Amino acid sequence: MSTTPLQPLTAPATVTSWYEASARTRTRLLLDPGSFVEFIGPEKREVSPHLKVFDLPEQFDDGIVVGCGSLGGAKVLIAAQEGRFMGGAFGEVHGAKLTGLLRGARDIGSMPVLILFDTGGVRLQEANAGELAIAEIMRAVIEARCAGVKVVGLIGGRSGCYGGGGLIAACCSSLAVSEQGRIAVSGPEVIETNRGTEEFDSRDRALVWRTMGGKHRRLLGAADAFVDDTVQAFRDAALALLGEAGGFGLEILTKEQARLEARLRDFGTCADALDIWSAMGISHADAVSSLPADEFITLADAFGRISHDAR
Amino acid sequence: MEDLSLRHATREPAGGTEAIAIVGVVASGNLEVLVERVLTDRECLVEIRTTAHGFDDVWTAVVADFVERYSPGGLKFSINDGGARPDTVSLRLAQAVRLMERAR
Repeated sequence: MSTTPLQPLTAPATVTSWYEASARTRTRLLLDPGSFVEFIGPEKREVSPHLKVFDLPEQFDDGIVVGCGSLGGAKVLIAAQEGRFMGGAFGEVHGAKLTGLLRGARDIGSMPVLILFDTGGVRLQEANAGELAIAEIMRAVIEARCAGVKVVGLIGGRSGCYGGGGLIAACCSSLAVSEQGRIAVSGPEVIETNRGTEEFDSRDRALVWRTMGGKHRRLLGAADAFVDDTVQAFRDAALALLGEAGGFGLEILTKEQARLEARLRDFGTCADALDIWSAMGISHADAVSSLPADEFITLADAFGRISHDAR
Repeated sequence: MEDLSLRHATREPAGGTEAIAIVGVVASGNLEVLVERVLTDRECLVEIRTTAHGFDDVWTAVVADFVERYSPGGLKFSINDGGARPDTVSLRLAQAVRLMERAR
């Protein structure tokens, strides 16, 4: 048997797609090598108490990995949703793991939290427990922020960040998003089901992407950083966002309210993201969707960053 | 939901010293395999939870082939199945053994 150390089983962060990677791979490659320590790991078998009622398969970690590690040498708490297990949806245990992590962060006061969102929202098989979990998590994010803790969201997974996930993301200190990382509350199919295809055609992928996708969220100021779809890009963005001034309180919320009112005044009559981009002064709005990440970042940076620390 | 438990005697203990590993995701056509080094050197246990009923014979054959090929002595495998095909099951089991071969 060979005595040479076995090589890592996956590619390095620079060439690993965030979109394609699992929650565990994202966590491992995002943090400093070997620094991740999991809380309530899969061996504890803290599975959903509800799924068996529906004869649905459970996952040992209930679709979320939580723990601590270091990022650039500094201690951080981290939670990563697995978007492929039940669409990354929040159930009772899944939600409780994130709530507990955030309450721990509040009590410690000095360790920031990274939330790697990848979710369609509440798991409807355990809807009441899931809805309650969303409310508890939102409160826990705000309490942590009031205690001086930064909560940074990273969004670029296959399930996007929808439903209650979109609400939690809106409570974070800052967000980094890739083009694939859609952020919204009602998803495309939900809007179409309730209001018809004339309102929103969920099969029009270009429409979905330019309405909810990362580029639009960055230009609107809903996301603070736009990144390419690699784990390394998300790591760099997380380090940059954690390095920025934090703070949270009435003054910031008042400014944010004013910003949102101005946004509604400026763009409230726009029927499409393309109209908003044109109204912002982007000369070739129809070319934005096809811009490669680096060119888009240059464009977005030229329009400045709406720094508000709340959304 | 169907629960299967397959116990085998192995030729030799599994390599490496890693105590625990997990691979895969419970998604359509996929499965997760949690491996723990908790048994004696010459035994292997594979516990399966699957929503696809009536595939005992296929699971038995796939696991027997896997044990014969890798001799994973001392390892307990716990599987949550999302309706994976036999080749995917074989692949995940092999990946799980490979992860356990790392030195701690």
